[in-house]
Amino acid sequence: MTDTLTQTSAPLPETPDAPTRAPRTRRRLDGGNGGTNWWLTALIAVCSLTVLIPLYFTVVTALKTPDQLGGTGFELPTSIRWENFADAYQLTNFPRALMNTALITVGAVFLTLLTNSLVAYAIARNMHKKFFKGLYFYFLAAIFVPFPIIMLPVVKETAMLGIDTPVGLILLYTVYGLSFNIFIFVAYINSIPVELEEAARLDGASTWMVFWKVIFPLLSPMNATVGILTCVWAWNDFLLPLVVLSDPSARTLPLAQFIFQGQFNTNYPVAFASYLMALAPLLVVYVIAQKWVVSGVTRGSVK
Amino acid sequence: MTSTATRAKTPTATPRPPARVRSNIARTPRTFYWMVVPAVVIFFALHTIPVLSGMFFSLTNYAGYGTWDLVGFSNYINLFQDDRVLNSYGFTFGFAIVSTLLVNVIALAIALGLNSKIKFQAAFRGVFFIPYVLAILIIGYVFNYLFANSFPAIFTALGLPGLSDNLLASPDFAWIGIVITTVWQAAAFNVILYLAGLQTISADLYEAAAIDGASGWRRFRSITFPLIGAYFTINMVLSFKSFLQVFDQIVALTAGGPGTSTESIALVIFRGGFQGGEYGYQMANAVVYLFVIIIVSFLQLRILQRREASFS
Repeated sequence: MTDTLTQTSAPLPETPDAPTRAPRTRRRLDGGNGGTNWWLTALIAVCSLTVLIPLYFTVVTALKTPDQLGGTGFELPTSIRWENFADAYQLTNFPRALMNTALITVGAVFLTLLTNSLVAYAIARNMHKKFFKGLYFYFLAAIFVPFPIIMLPVVKETAMLGIDTPVGLILLYTVYGLSFNIFIFVAYINSIPVELEEAARLDGASTWMVFWKVIFPLLSPMNATVGILTCVWAWNDFLLPLVVLSDPSARTLPLAQFIFQGQFNTNYPVAFASYLMALAPLLVVYVIAQKWVVSGVTRGSVK
Repeated sequence: MTSTATRAKTPTATPRPPARVRSNIARTPRTFYWMVVPAVVIFFALHTIPVLSGMFFSLTNYAGYGTWDLVGFSNYINLFQDDRVLNSYGFTFGFAIVSTLLVNVIALAIALGLNSKIKFQAAFRGVFFIPYVLAILIIGYVFNYLFANSFPAIFTALGLPGLSDNLLASPDFAWIGIVITTVWQAAAFNVILYLAGLQTISADLYEAAAIDGASGWRRFRSITFPLIGAYFTINMVLSFKSFLQVFDQIVALTAGGPGTSTESIALVIFRGGFQGGEYGYQMANAVVYLFVIIIVSFLQLRILQRREASFS
């Protein structure tokens, strides 16, 4: 861990190689766990600006009046126009879109956690049976099916079944997430000793009860991971709502940005205010729950 | 259910008869079937049926409405003579290859930096992960404005008028703008995955290598990279696969233009299928695309896994 730092100089050609190496060598001679690499800290800080600058740009543009837009656009606003947010709020019917997105996301996360873990449990505990093993590979194979081949037929199908609605979207997210979620749930369930269940069974618990009382609580780390991945996916998705939703009042946040793009055209500050309002909810959640989100995603990858 | 009930009633003489319990489990309580069957039915209805019906309609001249006739493989033959389709495959593959390489190299570099002795490690990690939670469509709109207005203004101010045109307005270079936006957004997720991989490597290995006098690059090549090989393989395959499906950022940045120079496969299928009355034809396109993705994913897995093996 301590010594990975010089390696960064390899993939990043602009790293000043000599200065990084010198302090590191000295530290090792001192016996290891010593000081901070300030060169690398500075380099990382500069790199992090590439993430922060577009965000800064979005914020300052959203606060300007249209006549302040000239130049590079990175200047701070000379006078702030808060009405941009009110205009965007009305133009895109923001509360409606926010509500739709929130309902779809919450619904998709709940339904995914409840059902996908259950299916994964049944499969993981019966992998020795041909039927369940076959199912496992049937679901996994879907990982390789690209969405565009489903896109046109599923629009016909959802319209026919009358689920071209937010409820239908919740169902689609649950179904299309199943492949990947089963993959990580099964790997995790395999690491839970069967003895725990046997004890519960001997006490008279049915298979359902074993799942809800014993397994589901043990899955909470993976539930967090799957919940985060599903939440970010459903919240930000554009293509599925674009093709599936037929009722304009069911529009999600990304869809609203797309639909109103033409009307923003002449007024960039209002457009950026609208973008900012669409990005903000998840950004705020992330800032509050940052540690939890990062560790959740990390866990998904280690398993 | 029945089997569970009987098992519950069975008096257990010894505290824990392992053999007996195992034989009960081997019988598979019917409950397990009830757990999966509804999911299988819904999955089949909403995933497999669309795929199968798509494959069927690829053999028809269906426009998306009205009547249709079976036309055999003529859609497939026409695909290979359609410049717009061929162009979209060229663009999509070029874009996906460049983006995959850049995302993985940059993400690995950032992860290595974040994993070393730096100050404010947690804060930087938090910053680099931000783009993951932002919608790529909206990021695309922001970058669209940057490419069209801010960057030209900056390059003009720097006295580089050659770079002061809108990148996205150039048929030859618009794809670079799409790559930049994509890398900006996608690197975040890969940083986390690589960081997870790096944290599984024991520091002792580096200590031992340092005693042997291995240089930084040498240690990266001989220790770090082989040990995170599995992460590298999976990240390359997954990011390539997702970049081959690029759609949102193109809608936001160029809408496929100028002309059709940045139309991706997904965009061509979307436009032709929904707006162009080419339902059957675009389904043939989608079927070809499905096989391309499957073949490419397996090839990638094979090649990268062999490389991984030869490292160790």
